[in-house]
Amino acid sequence: MEKTLKKYFPIFVLPTLIAFTIAFIIPFILGVYLSFCDFNTVTNAKFIGFGNYSKAFSINREFINALWFTIKFTIISVTTINIFAFLLALSLTREIKGTNIFRTIFFMPNLIGGIVLGYIWQLIINGILYKFEVTLTFNAKYGFWGLVALMNWQLIGYMMIIYIAGIQNVPEDLIEAAKIDGATPVQILKKIIIPMVMPSITICLFLTLSNSFKLFDQNLALTAGAPSKKTTMLALDIYNTFYGRSGFEGVGQAKAVIFFILVAAIAITQLVITRKKEVESE
Amino acid sequence: MNKKIDSRNNLVIMIIMIVLSVAFLIPILIVFMNSFKGKLYISDTPFKLPSKTTFVGLNNYIEGIVKIGFFKSFGWSLFITIFSVAAIVFFTSMTGWWLTRVKTKFTTALYYMFAFSMIVPFQMVMFPMVKVSNMLHLDNPFGIIVIYLGFGAGLSVFMFCGFVKSLPIEVEESAMIDGCTPILTFFKVVLPILKPTAITVAILNTMWIWNDYLLPYLLIGNNYKTIPIAIQYLKGGYGAIDMGAMMAMLVLAIIPIIVFYMLCQKHIVKGVISGAVKG
Repeated sequence: MEKTLKKYFPIFVLPTLIAFTIAFIIPFILGVYLSFCDFNTVTNAKFIGFGNYSKAFSINREFINALWFTIKFTIISVTTINIFAFLLALSLTREIKGTNIFRTIFFMPNLIGGIVLGYIWQLIINGILYKFEVTLTFNAKYGFWGLVALMNWQLIGYMMIIYIAGIQNVPEDLIEAAKIDGATPVQILKKIIIPMVMPSITICLFLTLSNSFKLFDQNLALTAGAPSKKTTMLALDIYNTFYGRSGFEGVGQAKAVIFFILVAAIAITQLVITRKKEVESE
Repeated sequence: MNKKIDSRNNLVIMIIMIVLSVAFLIPILIVFMNSFKGKLYISDTPFKLPSKTTFVGLNNYIEGIVKIGFFKSFGWSLFITIFSVAAIVFFTSMTGWWLTRVKTKFTTALYYMFAFSMIVPFQMVMFPMVKVSNMLHLDNPFGIIVIYLGFGAGLSVFMFCGFVKSLPIEVEESAMIDGCTPILTFFKVVLPILKPTAITVAILNTMWIWNDYLLPYLLIGNNYKTIPIAIQYLKGGYGAIDMGAMMAMLVLAIIPIIVFYMLCQKHIVKGVISGAVKG
């Protein structure tokens, strides 16, 4: 079968491969190369070595500020989202009426796109701040916590669904046996449920981590970096470097490569952790 | 005794859940409420219901629809999403099956390349991708389908490969021995079995492409505005936003999503879970 199948490469693989080459392989290789070049358009690139990389950190503090803002935001939102999502999942796996309706409602914001989410929350937060006679872009703190609130609203339901799937996989008789042995609810949670849903916890941690780290649309719509670029996250800073003013395309591409390496490091860490767990459980 | 405590706890939890789910809906309800108020009354008092002086009926909707050409945007969003998702499901399912059934160094390398592309953030390839697309004249609503197929291929091929690996090869082999060509075997035998994965892939890509902002903005945003681009465009470069039109357009942007959610809630939830586990 393999022999006959091999001949059908042009039909089964070629269309996908051509699109993949145009949209990914060529841009990726070009991207790495261009990060070492001085250029405005791809055709006038001149090799300059690591100049763009040092410029990324040295021309101004924008990249480093964006990095810090992104890291702080990621830590806070990953923690809050996962705690709230786990608590919701615990509550909604009990025998109460209407769990399906609650799940439906909590999950819904996840389907709304980042731009729309940004403007919804701009209205809400500005409405609250109006009482204190300031606006969202008055202080970077407001933008920061606004983004945290927005991300929580968007992702809690999503993570909750994954946690629910994990909790439902915990065998019922295990919990029953623990109850008969006199275990308290806290003990059951600590010694049975949390260890059993560890795979879900890993998945959720990394999903929220990479989603928060790569955030762009929500950032653009909510504050667009205001005031004075203090709420700019990495992805938005890279975009601004490319398209803000001409002449910094090379620096933008160097920042993009650094961004890619950070995101890849997160993903590979996740892969290693998941693999290790799988080996252990075998 | 235990039962009593349990049921009392459940009642408390249920009340908390009711309060929380109302809180979750409030942002959307507030936007909806403000979409009927005059634009000057929105920023000041967003939490007040429309009154006689502030109520403007459907004015915001009409103004917004005219300003950003909402129905045109809706049409482009629909066109690009449907055809890109169809292309992705059609082509990557074929690729996924072929890559799993033909085992050579080349297929393994290709598989890893697709998997690798999943961890690359868009900003990494953004600039060169737009330039390449411009050169190849893919900067139109038809060309962007090719770009979505290429950029979405990673996750989709990966998911199809994962599923095909779990399928027994015997059925396909016997179909081919009976004289089926690989193409017929794929569409008559394999594809029907792949249906659950195909639905998952379709849902994940629909959610991505429908809401995607940056890629279509950079590629076709000047001439063809999808809904996210149109909404961002409403903000304009400088000066105050027309809050009335903005509220109305946000409502119109949310409605299709809620309808989609209501229609295929089960598939969406299932798709999102399996997407998360595999991605």
